[in-house]
Amino acid sequence: MLAMNFRGPFRVRADYDQPYPEIEHPGDAIVKVLRSCICGSDLHLYHGIVPDTRIGSTFGHEFVGEVVETGSSVEKLKVGDKVMVPFNIACGKCAFCKQELYGNCHEANPQATAAGGIFGYSHTTGGYNGGQAEYVRVPYADVGPTVIPDWMDPDDAVLLTDVVPTGYQAAEMGGIQEGDTVVVFGAGPIGIMAAKCAWLFGAGRVIVIDQLDYRLEFAEEYAQCEVYNFKMLEDPVVFIKQQTDSLGADVCIDAVGCEAAGDTMNTLLGRKLLLQGGSTTALHWAINSVKKGGIVSIVGVYGPINALVPIGNVLNKGITIRANQASVKRLLPKLTEHVKNGILNPKAMITHRIPLEDVAEGYHIFSRKLDNCIKPVLIPPAGGS
Amino acid sequence: MTTDETKPEDFVNKRGGDHSHIKGWGIDIDPKNDPTYPIKKRTDEEIRGYTWERPEQQPVNIEVLHSVERPNITAVFGTSKPPRGLSGMIRRQAFKKSESSYGRWLPLVLADRIDMVEGVLEDLSHGHIPNIFAERGWNAEWKYNRKSFVLKAATAAAITSAAFLLLSSNSKSKK
Repeated sequence: MLAMNFRGPFRVRADYDQPYPEIEHPGDAIVKVLRSCICGSDLHLYHGIVPDTRIGSTFGHEFVGEVVETGSSVEKLKVGDKVMVPFNIACGKCAFCKQELYGNCHEANPQATAAGGIFGYSHTTGGYNGGQAEYVRVPYADVGPTVIPDWMDPDDAVLLTDVVPTGYQAAEMGGIQEGDTVVVFGAGPIGIMAAKCAWLFGAGRVIVIDQLDYRLEFAEEYAQCEVYNFKMLEDPVVFIKQQTDSLGADVCIDAVGCEAAGDTMNTLLGRKLLLQGGSTTALHWAINSVKKGGIVSIVGVYGPINALVPIGNVLNKGITIRANQASVKRLLPKLTEHVKNGILNPKAMITHRIPLEDVAEGYHIFSRKLDNCIKPVLIPPAGGS
Repeated sequence: MTTDETKPEDFVNKRGGDHSHIKGWGIDIDPKNDPTYPIKKRTDEEIRGYTWERPEQQPVNIEVLHSVERPNITAVFGTSKPPRGLSGMIRRQAFKKSESSYGRWLPLVLADRIDMVEGVLEDLSHGHIPNIFAERGWNAEWKYNRKSFVLKAATAAAITSAAFLLLSSNSKSKK
Protein backbone atom coordinates (compact mmCIF):
# COMPACT_ATOMS: atom_id res chain seq x y z
CA MET A 1 0.00 0.00 0.00
CA LEU A 2 0.97 3.65 -0.31
CA ALA A 3 2.39 5.22 2.84
CA MET A 4 4.71 7.95 4.00
CA ASN A 5 8.17 6.57 4.80
CA PHE A 6 10.57 8.46 7.10
CA ARG A 7 14.17 8.14 5.88
CA GLY A 8 15.96 10.56 8.23
CA PRO A 9 15.88 14.23 9.23
CA PHE A 10 14.27 16.33 6.46
CA ARG A 11 13.84 13.21 4.30
CA VAL A 12 10.53 11.46 3.70
CA ARG A 13 8.99 9.77 0.71
CA ALA A 14 5.79 8.06 -0.39
CA ASP A 15 6.34 4.36 -1.00
CA TYR A 16 3.88 2.03 -2.67
CA ASP A 17 5.32 -1.15 -1.17
CA GLN A 18 4.56 -0.59 2.50
CA PRO A 19 2.92 -3.54 4.27
CA TYR A 20 -0.85 -3.53 4.71
CA PRO A 21 -1.66 -3.31 8.45
CA GLU A 22 -3.04 -6.38 10.22
CA ILE A 23 -5.36 -6.97 13.13
CA GLU A 24 -2.92 -7.66 15.97
CA HIS A 25 -5.31 -7.53 18.91
CA PRO A 26 -9.02 -8.41 19.19
CA GLY A 27 -9.80 -4.74 19.89
CA ASP A 28 -8.14 -3.48 16.69
CA ALA A 29 -9.74 -2.06 13.58
CA ILE A 30 -8.21 -1.36 10.20
CA VAL A 31 -9.16 2.04 8.83
CA LYS A 32 -8.93 3.21 5.22
CA VAL A 33 -7.65 6.76 5.50
CA LEU A 34 -9.64 9.55 3.82
CA ARG A 35 -7.82 12.61 5.23
CA SER A 36 -4.57 12.90 7.18
CA CYS A 37 -3.02 16.15 8.34
CA ILE A 38 0.60 17.07 8.80
CA CYS A 39 0.76 18.45 12.33
CA GLY A 40 3.24 21.03 13.60
CA SER A 41 4.45 18.38 16.03
CA ASP A 42 5.12 16.05 13.07
CA LEU A 43 7.77 18.57 12.12
CA HIS A 44 9.64 17.77 15.35
CA LEU A 45 9.92 14.21 14.06
CA TYR A 46 10.74 15.39 10.55
CA HIS A 47 13.51 17.62 11.91
CA GLY A 48 14.99 14.69 13.83
CA ILE A 49 14.65 16.03 17.35
CA VAL A 50 12.39 13.39 18.91
CA PRO A 51 14.46 10.46 20.24
CA ASP A 52 13.70 6.94 18.99
CA THR A 53 12.19 7.99 15.67
CA ARG A 54 13.09 4.93 13.63
CA ILE A 55 13.77 4.85 9.92
CA GLY A 56 10.89 3.38 7.94
CA SER A 57 8.22 4.69 10.30
CA THR A 58 5.00 6.23 8.98
CA PHE A 59 3.92 9.44 10.70
CA GLY A 60 0.44 10.86 11.07
CA HIS A 61 -1.74 11.22 14.15
CA GLU A 62 -4.52 13.40 12.73
CA PHE A 63 -6.70 11.34 10.42
CA VAL A 64 -10.20 10.21 9.56
CA GLY A 65 -11.22 7.21 7.54
CA GLU A 66 -13.54 4.31 6.88
CA VAL A 67 -13.51 1.09 8.90
CA VAL A 68 -12.65 -1.82 6.60
CA GLU A 69 -11.93 -4.57 9.13
CA THR A 70 -12.57 -5.13 12.84
CA GLY A 71 -11.10 -7.43 15.47
CA SER A 72 -13.17 -10.12 17.15
CA SER A 73 -14.00 -8.08 20.25
CA VAL A 74 -14.95 -4.81 18.55
CA GLU A 75 -18.65 -4.06 19.20
CA LYS A 76 -19.23 -0.35 18.63
CA LEU A 77 -17.83 -0.01 15.13
CA LYS A 78 -18.74 -1.87 11.99
CA VAL A 79 -17.23 -2.10 8.53
CA GLY A 80 -18.20 0.95 6.51
CA ASP A 81 -18.38 3.36 9.44
CA LYS A 82 -16.61 6.63 8.79
CA VAL A 83 -14.71 7.63 11.89
CA MET A 84 -12.57 10.36 13.33
CA VAL A 85 -9.70 8.82 15.26
CA PRO A 86 -8.32 10.75 18.26
CA PHE A 87 -4.55 11.04 18.21
CA ASN A 88 -4.39 9.45 21.68
CA ILE A 89 -4.52 5.66 21.81
CA ALA A 90 -6.55 4.89 24.92
CA CYS A 91 -7.70 1.61 26.49
CA GLY A 92 -10.68 3.00 28.41
CA LYS A 93 -9.97 0.60 31.29
CA CYS A 94 -6.96 1.92 33.15
CA ALA A 95 -7.25 4.27 36.12
CA PHE A 96 -6.27 7.24 33.97
CA CYS A 97 -8.71 6.59 31.12
CA LYS A 98 -11.51 6.08 33.64
CA GLN A 99 -10.82 9.60 34.88
CA GLU A 100 -11.00 10.86 31.27
CA LEU A 101 -7.26 11.38 31.02
CA TYR A 102 -7.31 9.66 27.64
CA GLY A 103 -4.01 11.25 26.69
CA ASN A 104 -2.36 9.52 29.63
CA CYS A 105 -3.46 5.92 29.08
CA HIS A 106 -1.22 3.42 30.87
CA GLU A 107 -1.86 0.53 28.49
CA ALA A 108 -0.77 1.91 25.13
CA ASN A 109 2.93 2.77 25.27
CA PRO A 110 5.48 0.29 26.62
CA GLN A 111 8.45 2.46 25.71
CA ALA A 112 7.80 5.36 28.08
CA THR A 113 5.62 5.91 31.13
CA ALA A 114 5.60 9.69 30.76
CA ALA A 115 3.90 9.68 27.38
CA GLY A 116 0.76 7.89 26.29
CA GLY A 117 0.35 6.06 23.00
CA ILE A 118 0.09 8.24 19.89
CA PHE A 119 -0.30 7.19 16.26
CA GLY A 120 2.77 7.68 14.09
CA TYR A 121 4.83 9.54 16.62
CA SER A 122 8.06 7.57 17.18
CA HIS A 123 8.73 4.71 19.56
CA THR A 124 8.78 7.24 22.39
CA THR A 125 4.98 7.15 22.12
CA GLY A 126 4.51 3.49 21.39
CA GLY A 127 5.95 2.69 17.99
CA TYR A 128 2.66 2.76 16.08
CA ASN A 129 2.48 3.50 12.39
CA GLY A 130 0.43 6.57 11.62
CA GLY A 131 -2.30 7.68 9.30
CA GLN A 132 -0.25 9.23 6.49
CA ALA A 133 -0.99 6.06 4.58
CA GLU A 134 -3.78 4.35 2.71
CA TYR A 135 -4.61 2.14 5.69
CA VAL A 136 -3.79 2.19 9.38
CA ARG A 137 -4.18 -0.13 12.35
CA VAL A 138 -6.31 1.45 15.11
CA PRO A 139 -6.03 -0.25 18.53
CA TYR A 140 -8.83 -0.04 21.12
CA ALA A 141 -11.29 0.67 18.32
CA ASP A 142 -14.25 0.66 20.71
CA VAL A 143 -12.77 3.46 22.80
CA GLY A 144 -11.36 6.37 20.82
CA PRO A 145 -12.76 6.31 17.27
CA THR A 146 -16.02 8.20 16.90
CA VAL A 147 -18.44 7.91 13.99
CA ILE A 148 -18.52 11.11 11.94
CA PRO A 149 -22.03 12.61 11.90
CA ASP A 150 -23.67 12.65 8.47
CA TRP A 151 -23.76 16.44 8.39
CA MET A 152 -20.06 16.90 9.15
CA ASP A 153 -17.50 17.72 6.45
CA PRO A 154 -14.50 15.35 6.59
CA ASP A 155 -12.25 18.42 6.54
CA ASP A 156 -13.87 19.54 9.81
CA ALA A 157 -13.71 16.02 11.20
CA VAL A 158 -9.99 15.58 10.62
CA LEU A 159 -9.25 18.74 12.58
CA LEU A 160 -11.34 17.43 15.47
CA THR A 161 -8.82 14.62 15.97
CA ASP A 162 -6.16 17.00 17.37
CA VAL A 163 -6.08 20.68 16.41
CA VAL A 164 -9.46 21.72 17.78
CA PRO A 165 -9.32 19.71 21.04
CA THR A 166 -5.72 20.74 21.71
CA GLY A 167 -6.44 24.41 21.10
CA TYR A 168 -9.61 24.19 23.18
CA GLN A 169 -7.88 22.41 26.06
CA ALA A 170 -5.11 25.01 25.99
CA ALA A 171 -7.72 27.64 26.75
CA GLU A 172 -9.56 25.38 29.18
CA MET A 173 -6.40 24.70 31.20
CA GLY A 174 -5.85 28.43 31.39
CA GLY A 175 -8.80 28.62 33.78
CA ILE A 176 -9.87 31.78 31.96
CA GLN A 177 -12.29 33.96 33.89
CA GLU A 178 -14.54 36.65 32.44
CA GLY A 179 -12.53 39.65 31.29
CA ASP A 180 -9.11 37.97 31.53
CA THR A 181 -6.24 39.02 29.31
CA VAL A 182 -4.94 35.93 27.53
CA VAL A 183 -1.63 35.86 25.67
CA VAL A 184 -1.01 33.00 23.24
CA PHE A 185 2.56 32.39 22.15
CA GLY A 186 2.57 30.81 18.69
CA ALA A 187 0.34 31.42 15.67
CA GLY A 188 0.41 27.92 14.28
CA PRO A 189 -2.90 26.04 13.96
CA ILE A 190 -2.95 25.17 17.68
CA GLY A 191 -2.19 28.71 18.81
CA ILE A 192 -4.80 30.14 16.46
CA MET A 193 -7.39 27.68 17.74
CA ALA A 194 -6.43 28.40 21.36
CA ALA A 195 -6.95 32.12 20.72
CA LYS A 196 -10.31 31.43 19.11
CA CYS A 197 -11.39 29.23 22.03
CA ALA A 198 -10.19 31.72 24.68
CA TRP A 199 -13.23 33.85 23.74
CA LEU A 200 -15.54 30.91 24.51
CA PHE A 201 -14.37 31.07 28.13
CA GLY A 202 -15.08 34.80 28.42
CA ALA A 203 -11.66 36.33 27.82
CA GLY A 204 -11.66 40.12 27.74
CA ARG A 205 -8.63 40.45 25.52
CA VAL A 206 -6.70 37.92 23.44
CA ILE A 207 -3.20 38.61 22.15
CA VAL A 208 -1.18 36.33 19.86
CA ILE A 209 2.61 36.58 19.52
CA ASP A 210 4.58 35.03 16.64
CA GLN A 211 7.32 35.91 14.18
CA LEU A 212 5.55 35.23 10.86
CA ASP A 213 3.38 38.05 9.56
CA TYR A 214 1.25 35.86 7.31
CA ARG A 215 0.32 33.66 10.25
CA LEU A 216 -0.42 36.63 12.46
CA GLU A 217 -2.67 38.08 9.77
CA PHE A 218 -4.50 34.76 9.55
CA ALA A 219 -4.86 34.62 13.36
CA GLU A 220 -6.16 38.18 13.48
CA GLU A 221 -8.83 37.36 10.93
CA TYR A 222 -9.74 33.85 12.14
CA ALA A 223 -9.65 34.42 15.90
CA GLN A 224 -10.53 38.14 16.04
CA CYS A 225 -7.54 38.81 18.28
CA GLU A 226 -4.68 41.29 18.58
CA VAL A 227 -1.45 40.12 17.00
CA TYR A 228 2.16 41.18 17.38
CA ASN A 229 5.37 40.09 15.68
CA PHE A 230 8.04 39.58 18.33
CA LYS A 231 10.73 40.45 15.81
CA MET A 232 9.36 43.98 15.95
CA LEU A 233 9.46 44.07 19.75
CA GLU A 234 12.61 44.80 21.70
CA ASP A 235 11.49 42.46 24.48
CA PRO A 236 8.18 40.54 24.27
CA VAL A 237 7.94 40.28 28.06
CA VAL A 238 8.29 44.03 28.59
CA PHE A 239 5.77 44.57 25.80
CA ILE A 240 3.19 42.36 27.52
CA LYS A 241 3.81 44.15 30.83
CA GLN A 242 3.25 47.48 29.06
CA GLN A 243 0.01 46.14 27.65
CA THR A 244 -1.26 44.98 31.07
CA ASP A 245 -0.74 47.90 33.46
CA SER A 246 2.70 46.44 34.31
CA LEU A 247 1.03 43.51 36.11
CA GLY A 248 1.24 40.84 33.45
CA ALA A 249 -1.35 38.77 31.61
CA ASP A 250 -3.88 36.73 33.57
CA VAL A 251 -3.24 33.66 31.43
CA CYS A 252 -0.38 32.76 29.09
CA ILE A 253 -0.52 29.84 26.69
CA ASP A 254 2.56 28.16 25.20
CA ALA A 255 1.41 26.86 21.83
CA VAL A 256 4.90 26.63 20.35
CA GLY A 257 6.87 23.92 22.11
CA CYS A 258 10.33 22.66 21.40
CA GLU A 259 11.20 24.52 18.20
CA ALA A 260 10.66 28.05 19.45
CA ALA A 261 12.71 30.82 17.88
CA GLY A 262 13.75 34.07 19.50
CA ASP A 263 16.63 33.13 21.81
CA THR A 264 20.08 32.10 20.62
CA MET A 265 21.07 29.96 23.61
CA ASN A 266 17.80 28.02 23.62
CA THR A 267 18.02 27.51 19.89
CA LEU A 268 21.59 26.23 20.18
CA LEU A 269 21.01 23.89 23.13
CA GLY A 270 17.51 22.73 22.27
CA ARG A 271 17.32 22.65 18.50
CA LYS A 272 20.87 22.27 17.23
CA LEU A 273 22.77 20.29 19.88
CA LEU A 274 19.70 18.48 21.30
CA LEU A 275 21.16 18.80 24.79
CA GLN A 276 17.79 19.80 26.23
CA GLY A 277 14.24 18.83 25.45
CA GLY A 278 13.82 21.60 22.91
CA SER A 279 14.05 25.37 22.81
CA THR A 280 12.01 26.74 25.72
CA THR A 281 11.85 30.37 24.57
CA ALA A 282 8.05 30.53 24.33
CA LEU A 283 7.61 28.94 27.75
CA HIS A 284 10.21 31.30 29.17
CA TRP A 285 8.26 34.28 27.83
CA ALA A 286 4.96 32.83 29.09
CA ILE A 287 6.25 32.41 32.63
CA ASN A 288 7.75 35.88 32.69
CA SER A 289 4.74 37.57 31.05
CA VAL A 290 2.02 36.15 33.29
CA LYS A 291 0.91 38.01 36.41
CA LYS A 292 1.66 36.92 39.97
CA GLY A 293 -0.71 34.10 40.81
CA GLY A 294 -1.46 33.68 37.11
CA ILE A 295 -1.79 30.54 35.06
CA VAL A 296 0.47 29.20 32.33
CA SER A 297 -1.06 26.56 30.06
CA ILE A 298 1.30 24.42 28.00
CA VAL A 299 0.27 22.46 24.92
CA GLY A 300 3.46 22.97 22.94
CA VAL A 301 5.32 19.68 22.66
CA TYR A 302 8.73 19.23 24.30
CA GLY A 303 11.21 16.37 24.29
CA PRO A 304 11.67 14.06 27.24
CA ILE A 305 14.93 15.38 28.64
CA ASN A 306 15.66 18.40 30.83
CA ALA A 307 14.87 21.87 29.55
CA LEU A 308 15.81 25.31 30.80
CA VAL A 309 12.92 27.23 32.35
CA PRO A 310 12.94 30.14 34.85
CA ILE A 311 11.63 27.96 37.65
CA GLY A 312 12.62 30.53 40.27
CA ASN A 313 10.12 32.94 38.75
CA VAL A 314 7.46 30.25 38.79
CA LEU A 315 7.98 29.94 42.53
CA ASN A 316 8.31 33.61 43.36
CA LYS A 317 5.28 34.63 41.29
CA GLY A 318 3.12 31.78 42.53
CA ILE A 319 2.31 30.65 39.03
CA THR A 320 0.13 27.62 38.37
CA ILE A 321 1.37 25.60 35.42
CA ARG A 322 -1.13 23.33 33.72
CA ALA A 323 -0.20 21.07 30.85
CA ASN A 324 -1.25 17.92 29.09
CA GLN A 325 -1.82 16.27 25.79
CA ALA A 326 -5.41 16.98 24.83
CA SER A 327 -7.93 14.42 25.96
CA VAL A 328 -9.63 14.24 22.59
CA LYS A 329 -12.33 11.71 23.46
CA ARG A 330 -13.41 13.76 26.49
CA LEU A 331 -13.83 16.90 24.40
CA LEU A 332 -15.29 15.51 21.17
CA PRO A 333 -19.01 15.71 22.12
CA LYS A 334 -18.78 19.36 23.13
CA LEU A 335 -16.60 20.39 20.20
CA THR A 336 -18.81 18.54 17.71
CA GLU A 337 -21.70 20.67 18.97
CA HIS A 338 -19.61 23.82 18.59
CA VAL A 339 -18.91 22.91 14.96
CA LYS A 340 -22.57 22.03 14.35
CA ASN A 341 -23.67 25.38 15.78
CA GLY A 342 -21.17 27.32 13.70
CA ILE A 343 -19.20 28.53 16.72
CA LEU A 344 -16.05 26.85 15.41
CA ASN A 345 -15.13 26.49 11.73
CA PRO A 346 -12.11 24.16 11.71
CA LYS A 347 -11.80 23.56 7.99
CA ALA A 348 -11.21 27.25 7.35
CA MET A 349 -7.69 26.65 8.68
CA ILE A 350 -6.81 24.27 5.86
CA THR A 351 -4.70 26.07 3.30
CA HIS A 352 -3.13 23.15 1.42
CA ARG A 353 -4.61 19.89 0.16
CA ILE A 354 -1.80 17.68 -1.05
CA PRO A 355 -1.94 14.18 -2.58
CA LEU A 356 -0.31 11.60 -0.29
CA GLU A 357 2.04 10.77 -3.14
CA ASP A 358 3.53 14.26 -2.74
CA VAL A 359 4.12 13.92 1.00
CA ALA A 360 7.75 15.06 0.74
CA GLU A 361 6.68 18.36 -0.79
CA GLY A 362 3.97 18.71 1.85
CA TYR A 363 6.49 18.39 4.66
CA HIS A 364 8.87 20.79 2.99
CA ILE A 365 6.18 23.42 2.43
CA PHE A 366 5.00 23.20 6.04
CA SER A 367 8.49 23.07 7.52
CA ARG A 368 9.76 26.02 5.50
CA LYS A 369 6.48 27.96 5.88
CA LEU A 370 6.20 28.35 2.11
CA ASP A 371 3.19 29.62 0.19
CA ASN A 372 1.58 31.06 3.36
CA CYS A 373 0.93 27.55 4.66
CA ILE A 374 -1.20 27.31 7.81
CA LYS A 375 -2.49 23.72 7.72
CA PRO A 376 -1.73 21.04 5.13
CA VAL A 377 -3.91 18.00 4.65
CA LEU A 378 -2.75 14.89 2.82
CA ILE A 379 -5.33 13.22 0.61
CA PRO A 380 -4.81 9.47 0.03
CA PRO A 381 -6.16 7.93 -3.16
CA ALA A 382 -9.41 6.95 -1.40
CA GLY A 383 -9.91 10.50 -0.14
CA GLY A 384 -11.16 11.96 -3.41
CA SER A 385 -10.69 15.60 -4.18
CA MET B 1 11.93 -10.75 24.01
CA THR B 2 12.40 -7.81 26.34
CA THR B 3 15.34 -6.08 27.95
CA ASP B 4 13.71 -5.54 31.32
CA GLU B 5 16.19 -4.41 33.97
CA THR B 6 13.50 -4.23 36.62
CA LYS B 7 11.20 -7.00 37.73
CA PRO B 8 7.43 -6.80 38.22
CA GLU B 9 7.84 -7.49 41.95
CA ASP B 10 10.05 -4.39 42.26
CA PHE B 11 6.98 -2.19 41.93
CA VAL B 12 5.20 -1.90 45.29
CA ASN B 13 3.46 0.95 47.11
CA LYS B 14 3.19 0.45 50.88
CA ARG B 15 0.67 3.26 51.18
CA GLY B 16 -2.29 3.14 53.55
CA GLY B 17 -2.78 1.79 57.04
CA ASP B 18 -3.97 3.47 60.20
CA HIS B 19 -2.83 7.09 60.67
CA SER B 20 -4.96 7.77 63.75
CA HIS B 21 -1.84 8.12 65.86
CA ILE B 22 -0.89 11.26 63.85
CA LYS B 23 -2.48 14.23 65.59
CA GLY B 24 -4.72 16.17 63.17
CA TRP B 25 -4.45 13.71 60.31
CA GLY B 26 -6.85 14.79 57.54
CA ILE B 27 -8.54 17.69 59.33
CA ASP B 28 -7.84 20.14 56.46
CA ILE B 29 -8.91 17.94 53.57
CA ASP B 30 -10.59 20.14 50.93
CA PRO B 31 -12.02 18.32 47.91
CA LYS B 32 -12.35 21.65 46.06
CA ASN B 33 -8.58 22.13 46.16
CA ASP B 34 -8.18 20.43 42.81
CA PRO B 35 -6.19 22.15 40.08
CA THR B 36 -6.86 19.21 37.78
CA TYR B 37 -10.55 20.18 37.36
CA PRO B 38 -12.12 19.83 34.78
CA ILE B 39 -9.42 17.93 32.95
CA LYS B 40 -9.53 14.98 35.32
CA LYS B 41 -12.77 13.41 36.49
CA ARG B 42 -11.18 12.55 39.80
CA THR B 43 -11.88 9.14 41.27
CA ASP B 44 -8.36 8.52 42.54
CA GLU B 45 -8.69 4.94 41.39
CA GLU B 46 -4.94 4.78 41.02
CA ILE B 47 -4.63 4.87 44.82
CA ARG B 48 -5.55 1.21 44.69
CA GLY B 49 -2.45 0.67 42.59
CA TYR B 50 -2.00 -1.11 39.29
CA THR B 51 -5.02 -3.27 39.99
CA TRP B 52 -7.46 -2.52 37.22
CA GLU B 53 -8.71 -5.23 34.88
CA ARG B 54 -6.24 -4.95 32.04
CA PRO B 55 -7.27 -5.29 28.39
CA GLU B 56 -6.29 -8.53 26.72
CA GLN B 57 -2.56 -8.65 26.02
CA GLN B 58 -1.48 -8.25 22.39
CA PRO B 59 0.74 -11.23 21.50
CA VAL B 60 4.42 -10.28 21.81
CA ASN B 61 5.80 -11.68 18.56
CA ILE B 62 8.54 -9.09 18.05
CA GLU B 63 11.22 -7.53 20.20
CA VAL B 64 9.60 -4.80 22.30
CA LEU B 65 11.86 -2.55 24.34
CA HIS B 66 9.99 -1.28 27.36
CA SER B 67 10.64 1.31 29.99
CA VAL B 68 12.30 0.10 33.19
CA GLU B 69 9.82 2.34 35.00
CA ARG B 70 6.97 -0.09 34.43
CA PRO B 71 6.61 -3.79 35.24
CA ASN B 72 5.30 -5.02 31.91
CA ILE B 73 4.60 -4.43 28.26
CA THR B 74 1.39 -2.49 27.73
CA ALA B 75 -1.68 -4.41 26.57
CA VAL B 76 -1.21 -3.03 23.06
CA PHE B 77 1.88 -1.66 21.38
CA GLY B 78 3.13 -0.61 17.97
CA THR B 79 4.93 -3.07 15.76
CA SER B 80 6.22 -0.64 13.17
CA LYS B 81 9.98 -1.02 13.40
CA PRO B 82 11.65 -3.41 15.86
CA PRO B 83 15.28 -2.57 16.73
CA ARG B 84 17.81 -3.67 14.15
CA GLY B 85 21.55 -3.66 13.53
CA LEU B 86 23.98 -1.39 15.34
CA SER B 87 21.25 1.15 16.08
CA GLY B 88 19.23 -1.61 17.71
CA MET B 89 22.16 -2.59 19.92
CA ILE B 90 22.41 1.01 21.13
CA ARG B 91 18.67 1.20 21.72
CA ARG B 92 18.78 -1.96 23.86
CA GLN B 93 21.45 -0.42 26.06
CA ALA B 94 19.58 2.89 26.25
CA PHE B 95 16.42 1.17 27.47
CA LYS B 96 18.31 -0.12 30.51
CA LYS B 97 18.30 3.47 31.78
CA SER B 98 15.29 5.26 33.20
CA GLU B 99 13.32 7.96 31.43
CA SER B 100 14.93 10.53 33.71
CA SER B 101 18.43 9.74 32.49
CA TYR B 102 20.44 11.41 29.73
CA GLY B 103 21.95 7.93 29.38
CA ARG B 104 18.70 6.85 27.85
CA TRP B 105 17.80 9.71 25.54
CA LEU B 106 21.12 10.82 24.05
CA PRO B 107 22.07 7.29 22.91
CA LEU B 108 18.63 7.02 21.33
CA VAL B 109 19.35 10.14 19.28
CA LEU B 110 22.70 8.60 18.27
CA ALA B 111 20.90 5.38 17.36
CA ASP B 112 18.48 7.37 15.18
CA ARG B 113 21.38 8.83 13.20
CA ILE B 114 23.01 5.42 12.76
CA ASP B 115 19.61 4.03 11.76
CA MET B 116 19.53 6.65 9.02
CA VAL B 117 22.77 5.29 7.56
CA GLU B 118 21.43 1.77 7.93
CA GLY B 119 18.36 2.95 6.04
CA VAL B 120 20.48 4.12 3.11
CA LEU B 121 22.31 0.79 3.08
CA GLU B 122 18.96 -0.99 3.19
CA ASP B 123 17.76 1.02 0.20
CA LEU B 124 20.91 0.25 -1.76
CA SER B 125 20.72 -3.44 -0.88
CA HIS B 126 17.24 -3.46 -2.44
CA GLY B 127 18.58 -1.75 -5.56
CA HIS B 128 16.96 1.57 -4.64
CA ILE B 129 19.08 4.71 -4.86
CA PRO B 130 17.49 7.34 -2.61
CA ASN B 131 16.42 10.42 -4.52
CA ILE B 132 17.57 12.98 -1.98
CA PHE B 133 16.22 15.89 -4.02
CA ALA B 134 12.71 14.43 -4.02
CA GLU B 135 12.85 13.11 -0.44
CA ARG B 136 13.74 16.57 0.87
CA GLY B 137 10.81 18.04 -1.04
CA TRP B 138 12.96 20.46 -2.98
CA ASN B 139 10.41 20.46 -5.79
CA ALA B 140 8.33 22.64 -3.50
CA GLU B 141 11.29 24.95 -2.90
CA TRP B 142 11.66 25.33 -6.66
CA LYS B 143 7.94 25.98 -7.00
CA TYR B 144 7.38 28.42 -4.13
CA ASN B 145 10.77 29.86 -3.24
CA ARG B 146 12.68 29.80 -6.51
CA LYS B 147 14.76 32.92 -5.98
CA SER B 148 16.15 31.67 -2.67
CA PHE B 149 16.62 28.19 -4.12
CA VAL B 150 18.64 29.48 -7.07
CA LEU B 151 20.69 31.74 -4.81
CA LYS B 152 21.53 28.87 -2.46
CA ALA B 153 22.38 26.55 -5.36
CA ALA B 154 24.60 29.20 -6.91
CA THR B 155 26.34 29.86 -3.59
CA ALA B 156 26.94 26.14 -3.04
CA ALA B 157 28.29 25.78 -6.58
CA ALA B 158 30.58 28.79 -6.13
CA ILE B 159 31.96 27.49 -2.82
CA THR B 160 32.48 24.02 -4.27
CA SER B 161 34.24 25.44 -7.33
CA ALA B 162 36.45 27.70 -5.22
CA ALA B 163 37.39 24.81 -2.95
CA PHE B 164 38.18 22.62 -5.95
CA LEU B 165 40.35 25.29 -7.56
CA LEU B 166 42.15 25.97 -4.29
CA LEU B 167 42.89 22.30 -3.70
CA SER B 168 43.97 21.85 -7.32
CA SER B 169 46.42 24.78 -7.16
CA ASN B 170 47.87 23.51 -3.85
CA SER B 171 48.33 20.10 -5.37
CA LYS B 172 50.17 21.53 -8.42
CA SER B 173 52.44 23.76 -6.31
CA LYS B 174 53.56 20.73 -4.23
CA LYS B 175 54.63 18.95 -7.42
